[in-house]
Amino acid sequence: MSGEIAKAFARAKARGEGALVAYAMAGDPDLPRSVDVFTALVEGGADVVEVGVAFSDPIADGPVIQGAAERALKAGSTLKRVLDEVVPEVRRRCPETPLVIMTYVNVIMAFGEERFAKLARERGVAGAILPDLPPEESADLRATFDAAGVDLVPLCAPTTPRARAEAIARDARGFVYCVSVAGVTGMRAELPPDLSQRLDLVRAAAPVPVVAGFGISTAEQARTLSAHADGVVVGSALVRAAHADGPAAARALCAELKRGLKR
Amino acid sequence: MSTQTATGRFGRFGGRYVPETLVPALLELEEAYSAARADPTFDAEVARVLREFVGRPTTLTPARRLTEAWGGAQVWLKREDLAHTGAHKINNTVGQVLLARRMGKKRIIAETGAGQHGVATATACALFGLPCEVFMGALDVERQALNVFRMRALGAVVRPVESGSRTLKDAMNEAMRSWVSQVSDTHYVIGSAAGPHPYPTVVRDFQSIIGKELRAQAMAAFGRLPDAIVACVGGGSNAIGVLHPFIGDAGVRLIGVEAGGHGLDSGQHGASLTLGTEGVLHGSRSLVLQDADGQIQEAHSISAGLDYPGVGPELAHLAKTGRMEVRTATDDEALAAFYEVARMEGILPALETSHAFARGRELARELGAGKHLVINCSGRGDKDVATISARGVPPAVGVKA
Ligand SMILES: Cc1ncc(COP(=O)(O)O)c(C=O)c1O
Repeated sequence: MSGEIAKAFARAKARGEGALVAYAMAGDPDLPRSVDVFTALVEGGADVVEVGVAFSDPIADGPVIQGAAERALKAGSTLKRVLDEVVPEVRRRCPETPLVIMTYVNVIMAFGEERFAKLARERGVAGAILPDLPPEESADLRATFDAAGVDLVPLCAPTTPRARAEAIARDARGFVYCVSVAGVTGMRAELPPDLSQRLDLVRAAAPVPVVAGFGISTAEQARTLSAHADGVVVGSALVRAAHADGPAAARALCAELKRGLKR
Repeated sequence: MSTQTATGRFGRFGGRYVPETLVPALLELEEAYSAARADPTFDAEVARVLREFVGRPTTLTPARRLTEAWGGAQVWLKREDLAHTGAHKINNTVGQVLLARRMGKKRIIAETGAGQHGVATATACALFGLPCEVFMGALDVERQALNVFRMRALGAVVRPVESGSRTLKDAMNEAMRSWVSQVSDTHYVIGSAAGPHPYPTVVRDFQSIIGKELRAQAMAAFGRLPDAIVACVGGGSNAIGVLHPFIGDAGVRLIGVEAGGHGLDSGQHGASLTLGTEGVLHGSRSLVLQDADGQIQEAHSISAGLDYPGVGPELAHLAKTGRMEVRTATDDEALAAFYEVARMEGILPALETSHAFARGRELARELGAGKHLVINCSGRGDKDVATISARGVPPAVGVKA
């Protein structure tokens, strides 16, 4: 465990706020300008930053993040370049904020699991989220990450039965990522009515913070959810804002979401 | 973890690399599938539909003129092109749609490349009265217009996919994304022996009818098992279907032929067994065409059904362990084989199948006289006539193809 993620959640809690986990795609529109986007997320109040690393075949993502991945790949984004050129610069500008890599398992496999874990930790990455790596497949990788001090954050879905959700929560590293909707990433007008119950259940079992993600884009949704979660993840809405109107728009949206997370 | 289950490995390959949202559905499918297999009424119903509707068993046809022209082994054709809808794909869709109905699923989705799997899924859905949606790369929608019409005529909704290479791999991504969103009432009929566990096993089992029939037919026709069996390999469902029942028969050579596209050194091909590296695509660990950064590369083949940068995990295992021999055929070789088979045997083979035929002559010679070579005729070529005729008029009779 890096401990860094726990500290960030604790800081937000001490301020009486739910944590904001903010996602952007490294390399969208190019590597240097994505550094500005990540910085803007932190300036806007993000407590944890998810650094998306593009994959050509993102089966867990909706059109907004899929589009960002295509732009990033065109701009020459690779895991190596993200670790060399994006992560160190974001760490330099925002040393307090834990960075979590979000990508697909094939990208990590191609890079080499151990090589990734070691280099990621060296560069200041606190954790990783791999949406196509369910618990059954993650044992080896998690051991490798544990040894390096990188938290492999597990996901829990609306379709996950109770006992399985509790097992995932008990075993979690970093935080538990509760996927709010059965679906891919993307903004949703409405979140499922049973989400708060599911969050309560997972939270009761988890030794680490629990966040809700997928579909969240407004301060109002963040406010509703923060009664049942330690924080929320916002991705597509930030990616879209940054793509349409640049880093300042992403910063403004973070600030607004943070207002929703005040308790 | 207490909820851990067997994850369907073939050696290092296989597994279940999907979003957590889908895992419970895959566990449910696995359980429903074992229950169905344990229930003799299910097998009986599948067998009945294959007999009454699909037209099984398909014949084993001696290819007399090819045998003579190639001057080696006796050549036989296992005629999946004679199955209803014109390809082996129907064996699997009938089985999976019956399974989905047993599971109480209300709708069916599928992906398709050449359109054969889409047509076969639409057909099974029409037969059993289930709504059907088929994802198809926009490029494939263009080059397989006949099959797009057939799917729509059968009542299916065809969804063109504009992302990525606009071919089969992108159709499969989109089908998976759609499934994640509607997993509770929807069954995803995967068309090849690929995808997350248990699909490679389910599809292989339903397609194994090809090889099981072949065993009996070979015994009846020439009194022993074939010396070699050859099949084209896209995702690998026709290949695993015809080859699987022979894996334990050491005397039977198993051969898969992949799309060589413009040539193996052109970078434009679909040869994932030959040139792929270990990776994860569409839910399983297998051999995939990818760059050094793990980005999946676009495959190329003249045949939409072989235009896929991955391959089923069991075939990857058979290839790595050497049990299956792997060869390739280029677009041009497949085209030449198409005309050769048409003129020699009165059969228009699918372009996919033409890849298997393209290696026939050398295999027949390698085996030699007195041996028996079976070519799995995975489908008929009607769907490909637009693609083929776009390459020019057929070579004149008497001119070597
Ligand atoms: C006639 C035919 N043969 C072969 C294939 C390739 O698929 P597989 O390798 O799964 O048999 C297809 C796929 O569309 C097909 O239509």
